[in-house]
Amino acid sequence: MKNISPDIKKFIKLPDVKKRVIKLSDKTIKTTQTANLFLADVGDFFLFLFRTTIEAFSREFEFQEFLRQCYQIGNKTLPLISVTGIVIGLVLTIQSRPVLVDFGAVSMLPGMVAVSIIREMGPVVTGLICAGRIGSGMGAELGSMKVTEQIDAMEVSSTNPIRFLVVTRVLAATLMIPLLVLYADALGIMGSWAGANIKGDVPFVLFFSQAFRYIGFMDLLPAVIKTFFFGAAIGFVGCYKGYTAGRGTESVGKAATSAVVLSSLLVIIIDLIAVQITDML
Amino acid sequence: MTNMVITETVTPENIKIEKEVIKIDNLRKGFDNEGILKNLSLKLFDGENLVVLGKSGSGKSVLIKCIVRLLTPDQGTINVFGENVNGLNNNDLADMRKKIGFLFQSGALYDSMTIKQNLEFPLRRIHKNLSRKEIDKKVEETLENVGLADTLNKMPSQLSGGMRKRASLARTIVVDPMIMLYDEPTTGLDPVTSDEISSLINDIQKKYKTSSIVITHDIECARATADRIIMLDDGEVYMEGTIKDFEKSADALISSFFKKQK
Repeated sequence: MKNISPDIKKFIKLPDVKKRVIKLSDKTIKTTQTANLFLADVGDFFLFLFRTTIEAFSREFEFQEFLRQCYQIGNKTLPLISVTGIVIGLVLTIQSRPVLVDFGAVSMLPGMVAVSIIREMGPVVTGLICAGRIGSGMGAELGSMKVTEQIDAMEVSSTNPIRFLVVTRVLAATLMIPLLVLYADALGIMGSWAGANIKGDVPFVLFFSQAFRYIGFMDLLPAVIKTFFFGAAIGFVGCYKGYTAGRGTESVGKAATSAVVLSSLLVIIIDLIAVQITDML
Repeated sequence: MTNMVITETVTPENIKIEKEVIKIDNLRKGFDNEGILKNLSLKLFDGENLVVLGKSGSGKSVLIKCIVRLLTPDQGTINVFGENVNGLNNNDLADMRKKIGFLFQSGALYDSMTIKQNLEFPLRRIHKNLSRKEIDKKVEETLENVGLADTLNKMPSQLSGGMRKRASLARTIVVDPMIMLYDEPTTGLDPVTSDEISSLINDIQKKYKTSSIVITHDIECARATADRIIMLDDGEVYMEGTIKDFEKSADALISSFFKKQK
């Protein structure tokens, strides 16, 4: 303090400056704590991912539970996916038709709609619906199991809860979501055919032969591959959020909500990455 | 897995050799820099019902969760049948847990399964060689023992609180455990159902020859089930003795604890 000029000393003694310094230090501490919590969360997430991956390759695979989960995911989501698939095809056709009529390219309508549905609309919309339906379901189910000590009960009865609850759900979602996407794609094209018949008479065979003329192997393959990643992300995030839920009932709701938010975000990010990779091929 | 070692101790009270099934030395466990258990030591002898009394937050549930390693102690050793629980690998820990039945405070029945499936779940995993018929017989017998023979195909949500507790107890004993850990078995139940649960604890001890730790703050449950009582306060053993010792005690904390529940 000896070398500091008297003017600066006066400035430092000002109460307003002191207050600001205290505020700044408080903010720094809070930010550091938030950053620590965030890093701890990221660490937990990857640790959970590591444990799940290890358990997925375990010899004692819970096959019955895996089949039950496949049935649950497929059965619960099928009605929603059916309606969505048909509506996507119908709406896309009705909206695109006037523009294509203006350009005199209405004969390209089936191909355009089919390519849009198979490459992008089918996988992404189905992925987002599954994130909402399956992600929240898993988050809430495992969260409530955690709150009511069911996961602890499983652990003390010599059952590995990660293997029984998490691995089966993640694998079931990884397998079922691509199947649901293919189903939604098929219904979407059917919906498109229905849409094309609102203002005209397009035979079924003609519509489908036109639609499949424009679909190549490279339209289908990347779209199917990315849906496996959608499924894994949705299943994993749902299980992670539920499994790491807090102890109170409030945490069940939080787990379900954050599962939907994070898995939807991941679906969009994975899609973005997949599009970039496909574009490079 | 290491060989099972049963240490033998001479207890001064009855000068007879008793086998220790659980031995806890200098156990410490805390959360967020706050000590819950502080230097706690205790023993559970073969065939006895040890009741652990204490106020809420005194670390009773933490104690039994440390025994089955649902929680990892910060310090100290827990020996179950001579094996240090904290030193076991995952396979040995799973084997050790097969010998222990744990009744959770909430019952922790699996919501998505029927009562029958709830009982089958641990049975299939612990006794892998049992046939379908043997499993069915064992499940039916156990449910009969707890007075729930007619609930076989019911879902947990269709049962009352007392019935859920009994079903949970059935799920715990169906695998023939050697040690039973009860976490607040009578909490939230009416006095009549509480008495029924206390009787069941005694019946299980006689029929299955188990050694038990009963965590409770219910004096009536302690009176009905305890061979020996340990009172915890502030994470340490405050007093140890029989129910008579506790009732006679002039200590302010003990007497207030007992009087408040009369």
